[in-house]
Amino acid sequence: MIRIPTFAHRPILAFAALITLGLALQAPAARAQEKPYFVTYSTDLEEPGNLEIALKGLTASPKDANAFVSPTLELEYGATAWWTTEVYAQGQSTVNDSTVFTGFRWENRFKPLPREYWINPVIYIEYERVSQADKSILEVTGHDSISSFQVNNGQSHGIIEKSIESKLILSSNFKGWNVSENFIAEKNLSNEPWEFGYALATGRPLTLAASPHKCWLCLQNFDAGAELYGGLGTRYSFGLKQTSHYAGPTVDFRTPAGITYSFSPQFGLNDNSIGVLWRFKISYEVQQLRDLFRRSK
Amino acid sequence: MKKSFKSITTPDARVNPFQSPTTEGIQVMPFESTTTEGAPSFAILRRVGRANAALFLALFLFIPALLLAESDGKWLHRVPDEDRARTNPYASKPNAAAAGKVIFSENCAKCHGADATGLHNRPNLRSERIRHATDGELAWMLKNGNPYKGMPSWSSLPEQQRWQIIAYLRTLPPAHTSGAKQ
Repeated sequence: MIRIPTFAHRPILAFAALITLGLALQAPAARAQEKPYFVTYSTDLEEPGNLEIALKGLTASPKDANAFVSPTLELEYGATAWWTTEVYAQGQSTVNDSTVFTGFRWENRFKPLPREYWINPVIYIEYERVSQADKSILEVTGHDSISSFQVNNGQSHGIIEKSIESKLILSSNFKGWNVSENFIAEKNLSNEPWEFGYALATGRPLTLAASPHKCWLCLQNFDAGAELYGGLGTRYSFGLKQTSHYAGPTVDFRTPAGITYSFSPQFGLNDNSIGVLWRFKISYEVQQLRDLFRRSK
Repeated sequence: MKKSFKSITTPDARVNPFQSPTTEGIQVMPFESTTTEGAPSFAILRRVGRANAALFLALFLFIPALLLAESDGKWLHRVPDEDRARTNPYASKPNAAAAGKVIFSENCAKCHGADATGLHNRPNLRSERIRHATDGELAWMLKNGNPYKGMPSWSSLPEQQRWQIIAYLRTLPPAHTSGAKQ
C-alpha cells in the first residue's frame, strides 16, 4: 500500500487525477520528441500547451540488500516555448520490507536563447522534498553509496530532505545525433554542503527520413543511445571517487497511438554502485491541453 | 536595516567595495535598496549617473520593442543569407511530401490545424507569406523556432524530416479564408 503524506490530501489527489485523465481522453495524442534518456536531460522542451504523462520505473537488486522497485509519476507541461514545468510523485516498494510514498519534486526548465547554436543551453531548477527512503535514482550527486539501499524503510522513511537542485543542460544536434551533457549542483536546505553530479548521453533515431506511411514498426519510431552518469562529490571533496557511476544503452519506441515505451539496463561501474539497474518508462503526450478551454477555433 | 548584496556596512557610511572613486557614476549596485528601515535610497540613483540611466532606459524600451518586432513575419528578416539560400534536397523526391504529411499530422497539426490554416489564431501555413518564403527560410524557422512568440524549435526532429515537412507545405493550395493570422 502506498502511504500518502496526509489523509486530507487523498480526495484532492484523486480529483486531480480524474480531471487529468478526463482531459487527456478528450485531447488528441502526440508522439513525444524527447530523447530516450532516463537521467540525462536534452535541451528539448515540452511543446507549449502539451502535457506529457509518464510512469518511470526502476528495479534493482543491490548487493546485501533487498530488491526493490521504484515508480515515479511524471506530469510535464509546456508552459511556453521556452519554459517547461514538471511535477514528480514517487515511491518505492522493497521486498521483505514495505511500500512507501517517498516524496515529490517540482522542476522547471528554461531555454534562455531564442535560437539554435552548435551547442544549446537550458537552465534547470528543481525543488524536491523526498525522504531518505527514495530509491528512484533520478540523478546521482555527492557521495552516493550502495550502503544507503541497505537501510530498511522504517529507519529511512521518516527522514525528509528538502533540496534545491540546479542543472546546466547542454545539447548539440548533428546529423541526427544528439549529444547532451548535464552538470548538476544540489543543495540540501539543511546545513549540508553543495553536492555535484554529471550526466552524459548520446542518441539517434534508427533512421532519419520518415516513411510516407503511418506504421508501427518503422525504424523512424525507434531511438537508441547510451547514457553515463554519476556523482562528483561535494564542494569539500570534489571528484569521481567515493560515489557511484552508471552507464548503459537505452532505447525507445514511439507508437503511432501516442504511447512511447523506453527501456534501459544500466550497469554500475564501481563498488559503490548497484550491479544493474533496470529502467523502463511509459509516456503519453496530450496535445494542446489548453485549447480545450478556448472558445475560438 | 537591510543590507545591500555584497556590500560592506560601516558604522558611519555604506561603502560599495566594487566601486572605485574614479568610476563614480559608472558602477551599478542593483541590489542596494535602503539606507534606513523601509526607506528607499536615492543615493543609488545619483551613483548610477546619467549615462547609465540612459542605458537602462534604452534597454527597458528596446527589449519589448524587439519582442514586438518579432511578430507577424518579422522573423524572416533574422534569417541569415546563407540559410535563406538553402534549397530543399527532398523537393524532387516522390515520397517526401507524403512523408511530410505524416510528420505534419503528428507534430504540427495540433497548432496549425490539419488543413494548415492555423488553430486559435495561430499562423496560417497556407498564407502568402509562407508560400513566398524560401525553403531555406522555412527550414531556419523549423530549426530555431520563435520561442517568445510560441513557436518551439523543432531541432529535435532530424533535418531530413524537417525538409519533408517543407516539401509537404509546398503541395498545399493557397488559403481562401483570411481569418487566420498570416
